[in-house]
Amino acid sequence: MKIRVLVTLKAGVLDPQGKAIHHALEGLGFAGVNDVRAGKLIELDVADGVTDEMVEEMCRKLLANTVIENFRIERPEPAA
Amino acid sequence: MKSAVVVFPGSNCDRDMAEALRIVGGEAPAMVWHRESELPAGIDLIAIPGGFSYGDYLRSGAMAAQSPVMRAVKAAAERGVFVLGVCNGFQVLTEAQLLPGALMRNAGISFVCRDVGLTVENSQSAFTARYARGETITVPVAHHDGNYQADAATLDRLEGEGRVAFRYAGEVNGSARGIAGILNETGNVLGMMPHPERALEPAHGRTDGRRLFEGLIEGILQPA
Repeated sequence: MKIRVLVTLKAGVLDPQGKAIHHALEGLGFAGVNDVRAGKLIELDVADGVTDEMVEEMCRKLLANTVIENFRIERPEPAA
Repeated sequence: MKSAVVVFPGSNCDRDMAEALRIVGGEAPAMVWHRESELPAGIDLIAIPGGFSYGDYLRSGAMAAQSPVMRAVKAAAERGVFVLGVCNGFQVLTEAQLLPGALMRNAGISFVCRDVGLTVENSQSAFTARYARGETITVPVAHHDGNYQADAATLDRLEGEGRVAFRYAGEVNGSARGIAGILNETGNVLGMMPHPERALEPAHGRTDGRRLFEGLIEGILQPA
C-alpha cells in the first residue's frame, strides 16, 4: 500500500525557500501569487499490517521535525 | 582527560576537532564511527563535529541523530558527560533532542562562511568559563542551516535560565534572538554553529576559540 506523507513548515515559521521561489515566479512575470511555502512529499510503500499509529510514529520520530514542521498522512482512497 | 570525536559519513570537521582536543588537552581523542554502539569507557568529553552528515538528507542532522552512536551519546549526556556539538554537531544535537529547537535554512538562503562576532552571554558554564560575560569574540561560521528557531516559550526559558551561551553580535542567519549557541538544562551539553576549533592558533588568524577548549578541559581535570 502506498502512503503519502506531506511535511510542511508550521504557520509562522519563515520559509526562505518558499520566499526564493515566490521571488523567482515574480521574476518570470507571474503576477497574483500571494505567498509560497515549500514542503516535502514522502511516499512510503508499506505492508498491509502497518497501522496508522505506526506511520504516525515514523513521522514523529524521523520524517518530520515537529518543532518546526507539521505532517499529514494520506492513504489511498478505498477502492469503490 | 578522555575525549572522543564522533564521525558520521559526511563529517568534515572531525580532524580539526580532534586536533583542537589534542593540542589543548594534550591527548588525542578516540575517533568513534557512527555505527558504534558504545563509547570508550571512562569518557569525559564527546565532540560532535561539523560537516554534512548523511549528505544533510531529509534535514540537517536528522539521520545522524538516529545512528547507534547517538544512543550512547544520549546515555552519556544523561550521566553528565560533557558533549560539544559544533555546526552540524549542533544540528545533530537538536535532532536528537539533547537540545531544544531546530536549525533551519539561513534566512538569506545563502551559505554563510565568514568570521562573526559572538557575544558571550553566560560565562558560568564549563564551556564558557574562560570568557567574560558580555565579551565579544571572533569565531568563523560556515553553514547553510544555522537559523536557530524555537517557540517563544522555549526561547524565554533558554534566556531565563541563562542557557544562551553565545549570541551573534550582528545579523548572520536569521536566528531567533540572535542565538548562536545554547546549553542544555544541566549545562553539560553545548551546541553552537560557529567553529571554535577553527580559531585556535595564530596560524588560523584568530585564537578566540581556544579558551572554550581550555576552560572545558580545565573544568574536567579540576572540577570546581
